[in-house]
Amino acid sequence: MSYPIYPTLPHDLNSPIHPVSAMDYLPVAPLRALQLHRLQWTVKWAYERVPIFRRRCQERGVRPEHIQTLADIKLLPFSKKTDLRDFYPLGLAGGNMDETARFHCSSGTTGKPICISNTMDDILVWQNGGMRCLAMFGLRAGDVLQVSYGYGLFTGGLGAHYAGEGLGCAILPTSGGNTERQVMLMRDLGVTAIACTPSYFLRIMDEARRQGVDFRRDTKLRHGIFGAEPWTTEMRDTIERETGIVAHDIYGLTEIAGPGVAGDCSHRTGLHIWEDHFYPEIIDPETLEPLPDGEVGELVFTTITRCGTPMIRYRTRDLTRLHTEVCPCGRTMRVMDRISARSDDMLIIHGVNVFPGQIEAGLLRVPEVAPHYQIVLSSTDTLDLFEIKVEVTAEAFSDNIRALENLRKRVLDAVKSIIGLTPRIILVAPGTLPRSDGKIKRVIDNRTK
Amino acid sequence: MTIQQISIFLENRPGQLAAICRTLAKAGVNIVTLSLADTADFGIVRLIVDDHAKGVRALTDAGFAVRETDVVTVTVRNTPGGMAELMEKFDAAGVDIEYSYAYALGAGNEAVLVFRFKDNARALAALKLK
Repeated sequence: MSYPIYPTLPHDLNSPIHPVSAMDYLPVAPLRALQLHRLQWTVKWAYERVPIFRRRCQERGVRPEHIQTLADIKLLPFSKKTDLRDFYPLGLAGGNMDETARFHCSSGTTGKPICISNTMDDILVWQNGGMRCLAMFGLRAGDVLQVSYGYGLFTGGLGAHYAGEGLGCAILPTSGGNTERQVMLMRDLGVTAIACTPSYFLRIMDEARRQGVDFRRDTKLRHGIFGAEPWTTEMRDTIERETGIVAHDIYGLTEIAGPGVAGDCSHRTGLHIWEDHFYPEIIDPETLEPLPDGEVGELVFTTITRCGTPMIRYRTRDLTRLHTEVCPCGRTMRVMDRISARSDDMLIIHGVNVFPGQIEAGLLRVPEVAPHYQIVLSSTDTLDLFEIKVEVTAEAFSDNIRALENLRKRVLDAVKSIIGLTPRIILVAPGTLPRSDGKIKRVIDNRTK
Repeated sequence: MTIQQISIFLENRPGQLAAICRTLAKAGVNIVTLSLADTADFGIVRLIVDDHAKGVRALTDAGFAVRETDVVTVTVRNTPGGMAELMEKFDAAGVDIEYSYAYALGAGNEAVLVFRFKDNARALAALKLK
């Protein structure tokens, strides 16, 4: 039942390109042919194995043999997160228990979790995606990778773990939490790379500061592998400036695999999607029509080498665009814009659409504020209150009231210039806003719906 | 003379000041004097304590945002005109005062004025001028 995944490639261990990255450079024509072949296989597989998918195809009068070109993908029905809930636990699974190697689940904010069954081949495909990301980031055998993503049902920990292990890195599986020990081990074991959420890394930075650990002087840390939550370019600049590491962006989602679906190369044009496994489309979220490369819309993925839970045209709710330009790094895998906004995160404040990332970008343009903030929305009978709490850095905290009032005014101007609204800015002391060991919750919406 | 003052950033939330005092009490640090400056959203507590280094350490360890500032103290007679005389000196020398507060010494015969100047050195020079 396994799909032949890897063509045999020449191994030249002296090449600066790691052997696992060879597929990244597959010329476009054979890449499209490979994708079509894999898509046809996947549709046939899912049609035979997943009754819900078959029924939806039948309702549209679509059969697997109708997929003659990649563009024919538009004939297929979409799938959504709610499908995974509605057909809980394994309604979209294609493998049976004998073939299943591992489950992963993702908890929603409400209701039942979504469950994904993976066969051993699915795990290997996912590992391949993760290894290609790490290799692209510059990691090699000999690197010491601290995995501070949570281990367990969440794909972050095990995903980064297997990717690093596949590449021959020494893994330090700290998982999340016990930040004091994380910093100690990072320094004492000569950790060169860390994988965690960007918000958890901010917490590690706080703790290092508290312990008097200077990243440049006291650690060997060079790479941060950050994902699992949206973060802005401004946040990346802040992390890099303060620690001297390179902050890499890794993208993934449990529904499709986990971290390792896409990542950024050193040219930072966006994120290369491993589209030989995860076929991307951009659609108009209103009309559901496919959009050409270059236009912004909702990102949709089809797994084209997955057996356990084949996801066909899965709507991610992430907004981005696929680039038309070829990345100077030479990889043929298409690039998408970094995802700094999920459509689920959009807030409507005083009738204006606002993404938390826009607020983050504004805040971090002011060097005296720390990258810790909270957006608080509440309502009275007549109006919505919109407050942003932001921490002042320990260095910027001044004994002078006028200086602080002036700082507050500059923060307000920076945010206002981006979102066009006037929030109430509340400066708070360093270390007072909540921190997280995993994904952080930065928006508190107490408005009556 | 110049002494060190501890400034602490505070959110305007109940219990914040009590937490500061409790932290210092636990460390066995005595507060000599204290002044509060506040706006609608935040405040700054300024403290002079008997053991500055110990106080700073205790507050920092407790997670407060602490800043150390040099301030100038001047002891004056606790009688009418004591302060006026001093202010005239500063005026004459063109020294800017950012803020000031005071406390009484001993039985109250003398008062200590605490000043934060835009330029402490210039203010100290003005005091010596007479």
